[in-house]
Amino acid sequence: MKIAVCIKQVPTREWQPRLNDARTWIREQDVSYEMNEPDAYALEEALRLREKHGGEVVVCSAGPARVQQVIREALARGADRALHVEADALGSADAFVTAEALAAAMTDERFDLVLTGLQSDDQGHAQMGVILAERLAVPHSTIIMEIQVVDSGIRVKRELEGGWFQWIAMPLPALLTIQSGINQLRYATLKGIMAAKKKEIRKAPMPGGVQPAQQVVALAMPARSKQTQMIAGAPAEAARDLVRRLREEARVL
Amino acid sequence: MILVVAEQRDGRLNRATWETIAAAQALSADGLPVKIVVLGASVGAAAEELAAAGVGDVVSVEHATLGAYTPDAFTLATRQVIESLTPTFVLLPHTYQTRDFAPMLAARMRKSLITDVTGISGTGAAAAFTRPMFQGKLAAEVRPHGEPPFLVSIQIGAYRSDAVRKGNAASVTPMSVDIDASAIRQAPEAPFQEARQAVDLSQAERIVSVGRGIKSQDNIAIAETLAKAMGAEIAASRPICDNGWLPMERQIGSSGQTVAPKLYVALGISGAIQHLVGMKGSRTIVAINKDADAPIFEVADYGIVGDLFEIVPAIVKELEKRG
Repeated sequence: MKIAVCIKQVPTREWQPRLNDARTWIREQDVSYEMNEPDAYALEEALRLREKHGGEVVVCSAGPARVQQVIREALARGADRALHVEADALGSADAFVTAEALAAAMTDERFDLVLTGLQSDDQGHAQMGVILAERLAVPHSTIIMEIQVVDSGIRVKRELEGGWFQWIAMPLPALLTIQSGINQLRYATLKGIMAAKKKEIRKAPMPGGVQPAQQVVALAMPARSKQTQMIAGAPAEAARDLVRRLREEARVL
Repeated sequence: MILVVAEQRDGRLNRATWETIAAAQALSADGLPVKIVVLGASVGAAAEELAAAGVGDVVSVEHATLGAYTPDAFTLATRQVIESLTPTFVLLPHTYQTRDFAPMLAARMRKSLITDVTGISGTGAAAAFTRPMFQGKLAAEVRPHGEPPFLVSIQIGAYRSDAVRKGNAASVTPMSVDIDASAIRQAPEAPFQEARQAVDLSQAERIVSVGRGIKSQDNIAIAETLAKAMGAEIAASRPICDNGWLPMERQIGSSGQTVAPKLYVALGISGAIQHLVGMKGSRTIVAINKDADAPIFEVADYGIVGDLFEIVPAIVKELEKRG
C-alpha cells in the first residue's frame, strides 16, 4: 500500500505568543517549532499499516524551508521518503491554499491512502484534509480512531461526539483525518536518525494562481469572559487564600 | 439572506442548531432575513419545531440517502439548497458532522469557509468573524475572501441557545434534491457507544481535572488526594486519557463529557478549546498552571500561576486543617 502522510510544522506548546508590529500575524523569529501532534499520530498509523500490509510511507509537507525539521523527524521515525512543497508564503497559508499546494504535488503519485491529523495546533481550521480529499477526488472520513484494511478497501472507526463511534467502509484510494490517541507514538532511534540523512526529499514548487479563502485582519490576546481573581504569594499562602475564597465567596466547599 | 443548516439525528435537533440560529440573528441584526434548512430522510418533526419557534422560514429536504449521514450525500444535497436559495452567508454548528462535510462543500463550490467562530463583529457584508488560533492562545479576526455565499461554522457554546429571539410561527417549504445513490462512496454503520459510561461526571458537584502539566502517571495520585479532600470526582483532558493515565470515561471536552459542576479545579490544563467547551459552564472555575498566558485563565474565576506540585499539597493541607 502506498501511503502519504501530510504533516505540518507548528509552534511548540510552550511557545508564548508575540505579535508582529501590524498585529496581523505572529513574530515568527521568536518561534520554536515541532510536528503538529495529530499529524504525528497519523504518521504512526501509516508506519503500522506499512508494517502489516507492506508498501511505502511518503511524508508530505507544505511550508517554508524551516519545515525540513519535521520532515527529517518523520523520516527518522521510519517514513521512506518525503515530498516538500516549498514556499515562504505557505508558512501562514490558510487550509485552502495548503490543500491546493499539496494536491498539485501529490496527484501524480497516485497514493492508495492519505492520512493527516484532524486539525493543526496553529490555525486549527480542521479543513485541510477534507479539502485535499476533494482536490484528489477521493472519498474521505474524519476524526478516525481505527483503520482496518478489508477486501473492498478500508473500514474505519470514526469518533462522534460524547463517547459515540461509528464504523464506515469506503473504497481505496481514500483520505482519513486521524484523531490524537489512535495509537502509541514511537520516537526516532539513533539508527533512524542516521538513516534519515540518506532518504530522498523531493521538492515541488507552489502552484500558481491559488487565492486564499480568508484573511486574518487582526490577531489579539483573547478577551476574558470572566474577571479572574489571580491569587499570588508563596504556595502555602496562596493555598490558604484560595480555600478561604472558595468557602466564603464562592461557597463551593 | 442567512441560511442556517440545522443538524438533527432521528428527528431530534442538536442544541447547537439553536446556538447557530442565535449567531445568525446577531449577524443579521434584523437586516438579512434568516432561513433554516433541515436535511434528513424524515425531518417533519424537526422542521415543525423550528417553524413553531418563529425564527425564520424553514426549508425541509428529505431524501432516502440523507438518513444515515455521509459527507458525500450531505455535500450534494446542501450544495443544491445553497445554489437554489443563493444566501449571502451559510451558518453551521461546528460539530463533528459539519467538520466532516463543510470543507468538502466549500472546496467543491470554491467558496470561503471560516470555522470554529466564537464572535461576529459588524453585520451583513461588513461582518468579521472571531475564531481561536494557536490552541486558543490568540483570537483572530477573519474576513472571507471571494464571492458569497460565505460559509461559517459556529463554535459550540459560543452563542446561547436561550438567547434566540422567537416570533410568530413560520412556514415550512419542502425542497427536493437530486442525489444519485451510486455517487455516495462511504457506507456507514450504526453509531454505538464503546462501553456504558460507568462514571457520569455530569452529575458531580465538584471535579478536579488534570492536564499535561501533571507530567506522569505517578503524579495522578497528587490530584486524587486533592479530589478526596474536596469531595470531588477526578477527571482529565484528552492527552491524559490518550496516554492511558486515566480511563477515557473520565475525559472532559468535545470528544468526552460535558460538565457544569459547582466547582471545577483545572490542574496543569492549558485550556485548548476542545477542553473548554466541555467545562466552561461550571459555576466556579479554579485554574492552577505554571504558564500565566494559558487560555484556561480566560474562563477561570480564581487563578494561581505556579508549580502545581507545590500548590496542590498546600491546598490539601489547608483543607485538612479544618476537617
